[in-house]
Amino acid sequence: MPAEIGTVLVTRRFGDEENKKITSYEAQGGYKVARAAMVKTREEIVDEVKASNLRGRGGAGFPTGLKWSFVPKDATDVHLVVNCDESEPGTCKDRELVYWDPHLLIEGMIIAAHALGAVHNYIYIRGEMMREYAVLVKAVEEAYARGYLGEKIMGSGKQACHITVHRGAGAYICGEETALLNSLEGLRGQPRLKPPFPAIKGLFGKPTVVNNVETIMNIPFIVEKGGQWFADLGVGRSGGTRTVCVSGHVEKPGVYELPMTITFRELINDICGGVWKGRKFKGLIPGGTSMPPLGESEIDVPVEFDALVTDERIKPVEVTEGVNFDMGGGRELRTMAGSGGIVVFDDQTDVVALTSRIMGFYHHESCGQCTPCREGTGWMDKICKRLANGEGKVGDVELLGNIANGIAGNTICALGEAAAWPMMGFLTKFRSEFLARETVGKADGNEGEAA
Amino acid sequence: MSLKFSDEATSKLEVLYERYPSKQPVILAALHLAQKEFGDLRDEVIDLVGETLDLSSAHVYGVATFYTMFRRKPGGKTSVRICTNVACMLRGGYDVLAAFEEKLGLKKGESNDEFSVIEEECLAACANAPAVVCGTKYFLDVTPDQVDEIVEFLKSNPHPESEVA
Repeated sequence: MPAEIGTVLVTRRFGDEENKKITSYEAQGGYKVARAAMVKTREEIVDEVKASNLRGRGGAGFPTGLKWSFVPKDATDVHLVVNCDESEPGTCKDRELVYWDPHLLIEGMIIAAHALGAVHNYIYIRGEMMREYAVLVKAVEEAYARGYLGEKIMGSGKQACHITVHRGAGAYICGEETALLNSLEGLRGQPRLKPPFPAIKGLFGKPTVVNNVETIMNIPFIVEKGGQWFADLGVGRSGGTRTVCVSGHVEKPGVYELPMTITFRELINDICGGVWKGRKFKGLIPGGTSMPPLGESEIDVPVEFDALVTDERIKPVEVTEGVNFDMGGGRELRTMAGSGGIVVFDDQTDVVALTSRIMGFYHHESCGQCTPCREGTGWMDKICKRLANGEGKVGDVELLGNIANGIAGNTICALGEAAAWPMMGFLTKFRSEFLARETVGKADGNEGEAA
Repeated sequence: MSLKFSDEATSKLEVLYERYPSKQPVILAALHLAQKEFGDLRDEVIDLVGETLDLSSAHVYGVATFYTMFRRKPGGKTSVRICTNVACMLRGGYDVLAAFEEKLGLKKGESNDEFSVIEEECLAACANAPAVVCGTKYFLDVTPDQVDEIVEFLKSNPHPESEVA
């Protein structure tokens, strides 16, 4: 039976400053699950997480139990790294999660570290999150003082678990897991080629699991109540609840933990009070700006991971009109659930200006390592800017599609796709608005709507 | 070498060395501390960090210039980071940026002794857009007419980013 609205796990302690204290967390049963987990075997915990259908909440939605099982069984010196580098535009859940409930993250990490045989573990937190960094450092200190972290944790007499909060310094790319590992090692945050995958050769050359904040915060619930219970909260291959961040033109933006089965239309109208100022809906970005947008006819689809990939009500992304983008082997791209960052825009929005801002972001954040991304994001930024400024040239729209198609699939990391997919996605869904901006060199001398 | 880390910074670094297999991973923490103690990461500060962590100055320079929060030149006491990315843009982020620029007489990227004005990428506060962050202090759901009040508050309550280094 899928969760109902009101079933909340990771956000249940939101809103009360007292909650982040260890005494308050313990009074609510905190750290009991971690203590009980210490007597379970690694396999028992990994099997429970596999059964839970927990999928990574950072963007890719990869099954967490499967990721954990890639770590070789006889491995020593394993590391668990929590990715708290939340920077995908439109995404604001992890920052809130660590601020309101840092001990739930620590408890989840203790259990995960036990299941992975990891001793030295790290939380990589984004540099700009200064308030949250202070909260996390304090919570980790409290957990050490209480014996939940350290050499012989929870009276086990043998198990060691260390957590170090590692602060970044401003670089979107460090949210990519191998760039994050390079940054943790004291290098420029540029992604690594895969394979080898981090589970085999990750941090300091050792097997490493990188998990998102929200993913790890679900672990105590799974270990306490069982994988099947968690799987039943969700639907299909996606267990648990979904924490979404709704921003943009709605009456009540916010971070909401909801059933996987809720549709975007229900989310906007029933949870967020509808489109603001009585205006009409135009479109939304479903999971951070790197995901192709959805138009009015496509929002009766649930926010669940697989639905966004396969639901035929969502039009496939095109390179140019009538030519679908090929993800490899003829696979179509609709969209993806991504990071849960949902940005809604109303009917008065200039989508060309919106796309231009997105391309400006990816251009700024490209690490410069791969030519298609370094050069291509710059070209898309430049062309989008001139379209938005009323200086678009005939042929610009087709050129944008071609550039995006040339980036996707040709770079070391997914930042290439993160820029190319929304470019092609916005062109697919709002092509006429882009074409209307091709004013320079047009035979009829139409100046178009410049602003 | 003329520059030296304070005893407080040195002891913080020594605690961190224990958490990693070598000194190199401590570089971001060392650069944050160096920026706190010396105001910016000019060449002699880069050299100091290299000496301290047994790394070449070239390596330290490469890392320091990759990350946007590190500055090579002096800046204001409080960095005002104003988000204009999509969620903030849709709710008036550019108007907020313009209001700060006008009030402080600084364009984005410019500084005086008190303030630096920085156009920031998504701050992960999208549900409360437009958002502005100054050190550990967030200003949420900001409107241009609140900017005077925010600036006056920051003048009497500076929020340097070094407060958490």
